[in-house]
Amino acid sequence: MGCAGFWPLGTGVRHLDGARPLVVRVTRVKIAVCVKQVPDATVHKRIDPDTNRLDRSGEGALNATDVNAVEEALRLKEASGGEVVVVSLGPEKAMDSLRKALAMGADRAVLVSDDAAAGSDLVATSRVLAKALEREEADLVLFGQQSSDGDGAVLWAAVSDRLRRPMVSQVAELTVDGDAVTGKRQTEFGYDVIAAPLPAVVAVSDAINEPRYPSLKGIMGAKSKPQEVFSLADLGVDPGEVGEAGSSTTVRAVAPPPAKSDQVKIEDDGSGAEKIVDYLAEKRLI
Amino acid sequence: MSTLVFLETHDGEPTRGGLGVLSKAAALGAGDVSAVVLGTGVRDAAAKAGAHGAAKVFVVEDDALAAPLPQPRVDALEAVVAESGAENVLFAASVLAADVASGLAARLEAGLNWDLTDLRVDGGELVGTRPALGDTVLVEVGWTSTPRIGLVRSGTFDPVESGGTTEVQDVSATFQDFSTQARLVDHLQEESSGPSIEDADVIVAGGRGLGGPEGFSMCEELAAALGGAVAATRAVVDAGWYPYSAQVGQTGKTVSPKLYIALGISGAIQHKVGMQGSGTIVAINKDPNAPIFDFADLGVVGDLAQIAPKLTELLRART
Amino acid sequence: MTGVRPADYPPPFSDAEAIGPPTDAPDERIDVGILIVGGGPGGLACAVRLGQLLEEHPDMRERLGEVPVALLEKGKQPGSHLLSGAVMNPRAIRKLFAGRLAIEDMPTYGQVEHEAVYLLTKGGALRIPPPPTMMNRGNWVVSVSELGRFLAEQAEAGGAMILPETAGQKLLVDHGRVAGVRTGDKGRGKDGEPLPNFEPGVDVAARITVLAEGTAGHLTTAAIDHFGLHGRNPQIWALGVKEVWKIPRPLRRVVHTMGWPLRKRARYGEFGGSWIYPMGDEHVSIGFVVGLEYADVELSAHDLLQEFKTHRLVRRILAGGERVAWGAKTITEGGLHSMPSKLNAPGLLLVGEGAGLVNVPRLKGVHYAIESGRVAAETAFAALQRGEVAGRSGALDPYDEALRSSYVWKDLTEVRNMRQAFDKGFYMGGALASAMTLTKGKLPPKDFETQPNAETPLLRTGRATSYPAPDGSYTFDKLSSVFASGNRTRDDQPSHIRVETSVPRDVAEMWHWMCPAQVYEVGDENGDGTVQVLVNPSNCVQCGAISAKGGRLTPPEGGSGPEYTVT
Repeated sequence: MGCAGFWPLGTGVRHLDGARPLVVRVTRVKIAVCVKQVPDATVHKRIDPDTNRLDRSGEGALNATDVNAVEEALRLKEASGGEVVVVSLGPEKAMDSLRKALAMGADRAVLVSDDAAAGSDLVATSRVLAKALEREEADLVLFGQQSSDGDGAVLWAAVSDRLRRPMVSQVAELTVDGDAVTGKRQTEFGYDVIAAPLPAVVAVSDAINEPRYPSLKGIMGAKSKPQEVFSLADLGVDPGEVGEAGSSTTVRAVAPPPAKSDQVKIEDDGSGAEKIVDYLAEKRLI
Repeated sequence: MSTLVFLETHDGEPTRGGLGVLSKAAALGAGDVSAVVLGTGVRDAAAKAGAHGAAKVFVVEDDALAAPLPQPRVDALEAVVAESGAENVLFAASVLAADVASGLAARLEAGLNWDLTDLRVDGGELVGTRPALGDTVLVEVGWTSTPRIGLVRSGTFDPVESGGTTEVQDVSATFQDFSTQARLVDHLQEESSGPSIEDADVIVAGGRGLGGPEGFSMCEELAAALGGAVAATRAVVDAGWYPYSAQVGQTGKTVSPKLYIALGISGAIQHKVGMQGSGTIVAINKDPNAPIFDFADLGVVGDLAQIAPKLTELLRART
Repeated sequence: MTGVRPADYPPPFSDAEAIGPPTDAPDERIDVGILIVGGGPGGLACAVRLGQLLEEHPDMRERLGEVPVALLEKGKQPGSHLLSGAVMNPRAIRKLFAGRLAIEDMPTYGQVEHEAVYLLTKGGALRIPPPPTMMNRGNWVVSVSELGRFLAEQAEAGGAMILPETAGQKLLVDHGRVAGVRTGDKGRGKDGEPLPNFEPGVDVAARITVLAEGTAGHLTTAAIDHFGLHGRNPQIWALGVKEVWKIPRPLRRVVHTMGWPLRKRARYGEFGGSWIYPMGDEHVSIGFVVGLEYADVELSAHDLLQEFKTHRLVRRILAGGERVAWGAKTITEGGLHSMPSKLNAPGLLLVGEGAGLVNVPRLKGVHYAIESGRVAAETAFAALQRGEVAGRSGALDPYDEALRSSYVWKDLTEVRNMRQAFDKGFYMGGALASAMTLTKGKLPPKDFETQPNAETPLLRTGRATSYPAPDGSYTFDKLSSVFASGNRTRDDQPSHIRVETSVPRDVAEMWHWMCPAQVYEVGDENGDGTVQVLVNPSNCVQCGAISAKGGRLTPPEGGSGPEYTVT
């Protein structure tokens, strides 16, 4: 996979949200954004007792933090030209959610959908996603922070290892400069500024931007943008390598959390503050 | 069953989280427990590992590991796992460790379970516990092949010193081309103004019961005494008493601190879903029927204006 | 203080906010052929029928431009804001899909086979023969929210462009004809200031605009004012609160009740009742409806439903079950006399409940919405096909003519006075209703008047003392119910609710009790005999009750509000 997809167009700085230059030396970049459909946050979520998997039968929505990644890709594209393609693995109806990214301004959607892939764990999912991304030969692969359904967290690291590309995660500010990307990575110890040559994989944090609303024209235009669905066979992935067969983790049981057995409720008789301190000390919280 | 624990280091010292997971691995009492430290100038960290239950510490010292970057660590761990034959590889979650664990899982085609809040051995099998759906259910997870990779939720296990000594073994690693392409070019210390509510171990949250915006000074003082952050309910944010960025709940932030102190908060479900993952919940409210008492660990029915300042004072006196 | 009328404290709202000329330059606006506002049964039936007609006449597809049919829906998707009982008369949907789909292909919970009507007292239940208007054999139990999603799929398959999360904010009127709709802005802050991701609304220009907004429609209300389409009586509404329960034992019949916990005397103005419908073997739909002409400050439809559930008749059905959904919605109740004098204006058609097409004695409206949507489609299509300038006055009159000669009009004429009769109290109303039923509406010969809901003088009787304390498993408070509706509206958007915020305590408290979603709270005294009204707009499930009782609901940012799925 080379950098064939981008070429210099000149130099310029664009301030999109009034503060931050996104692109220093302007280049056309092909950006693939990995997104996921998750159960709508408003719908009562449950785990299917028969499969021990999250029940995905209800309404879906584009994972909220993936929208930040789409937004960042669009800002890069607006500053430099290029193409934004959203890539996902999921049931066929997940295309409805990908269309939201198209409505925001992404150019194409690629969905890998195959019954055999259902139940894939992180390792199996990264295998399929990497195959789909290899086809795209993007200069930059973007991920959102994590998915609200608890699956696919830290997927970017597994995917970048398979793609054999440099990776920067938890990026709160992103700059593309010629053939390199620089990310301000937020960690427990402050910010690390990390540079990597393209092609690269970047996972953005939800602090990076405030995503736009799709315009009505965008929503109307989304329906006619290219939307491809691939099966595992199309990608040359052996069904035995994905789904439950290709996964190395298993869900043994699902249970409600144990009821709080030691709840204490007291009336303040003037010693309430002391009792709280004693309680916190006993729990070693102070 | 042999277990390898990744000890993240910062300024040459192993992090508390890593030592906690190491202590837990030792306490499981199932087979050899070793640790791994990676970096430059990290040899001293090995001794600490011994004191927390590692019979052996693998050390990879290499300039490629000087910066806190995940990809070279995947290469180094691949070598250590091969050398040690570890069946379990455990991590304490951090920004760095999460990337390392995931990269290693792909490299070794190994199963990764994350966000674990407990570990146990059941019939010779390692079993993890992972809360899901906003901590409303507990999922028991396992692995179907080795090595088993586990990422433990931050702050789950406390370090326990067992006072043992350890054997140090150096391992050399070869690094992939792509692993060393990302470079650290700068480090910026965080401008510290107290922890953000997402990162705080302690949150003091205020609701209607504070009586007015001035009531938040009580929250701020109590939070300062505990080294925590201040949060607010939607009702008081709507009323303009506190900024939206501090709103916890369904349409605000979701937090899971170790300690959540709720001052004058009734505990409507819209608030509860944003904080029910908190470790310990302490509530002070004058209404004995407030729903928050149904899920608070310690509930105090009484007058905030009396209790909260006194609590702050007592906590200050302790430090 | 008593005797206060909410109508004396009108909201700060003018029709100029809901109606005006186009403002976008021609190259910025979006041009469509026929624009439908509202993804309920009426609007979607209209879209489905247009799709069928366009399929039969492909030449027209060309003539109507790139987007022949577009439909705006303010909810997350069609169905998100739909709530009804509902037992549907299948007549209209059968006709809509004649030769294409059978009702068995649609999402229903089967046909009504058994039914029971009870007159309740606090401790008792007297089973009475179902009044003829309440016979439901042959009708189908549906979730109108599920039906909406199904119809939306059909409409999209037929080529309609469905645009969810998009509010119709302003009716565009240009030189006396309706020219389309301006959509709502997105990304404004609490004080209306544009946020960094601000996305302005856009003028959607259409040759014909079909308003199918349902109850208390924002644009419909403004259009009726603007074009002088008021009927002979003012419009009135009822408020229904509904829950869906998963139950341990199947219910085999459709149940309606009258009486308790409502009071029968005319001075209380409490007209209403309940339903319990089976939804397959595992679920029931249960709801309570009360007319908004009621007088009591402390009347709360939500709490009446909770109180109703404590009756042994209901406990027998629900005990051991679990609530899975909750929602609330007003029902347009004025009937024929309150309908607009005309259902069209230049470039405009009014469809469904927004046009007042509800048969209150029969508790039916879904099939009228579908039928009127279908007729509107045919009228609009025919007008455009014959090259008619739809904006010409009278060009769309065939819509009114077709509806007036249909069963819709015949049904509504028969029951035209029945709802009003109950203004005279339960027993008098019952007697009059029987006379009307027997004579198909000919007796009594005089037509009845109604007054706007907000003009009922308020009274206090300590009504709230009988509401059960919520236990969180069988009876519920309002906030946890709003949560169950799936509502997670962005908090930092401008308030979409217009009310006078300094009002007598009685008015403020009446809103507080009335609102099923806990939007209104009573604040501090102003010192002049009035109190502050605190508004929590993000709790709002857009039921519309405030518009009936002295305020004005406008559409919030598109995508806000409840996320109904099975209501």
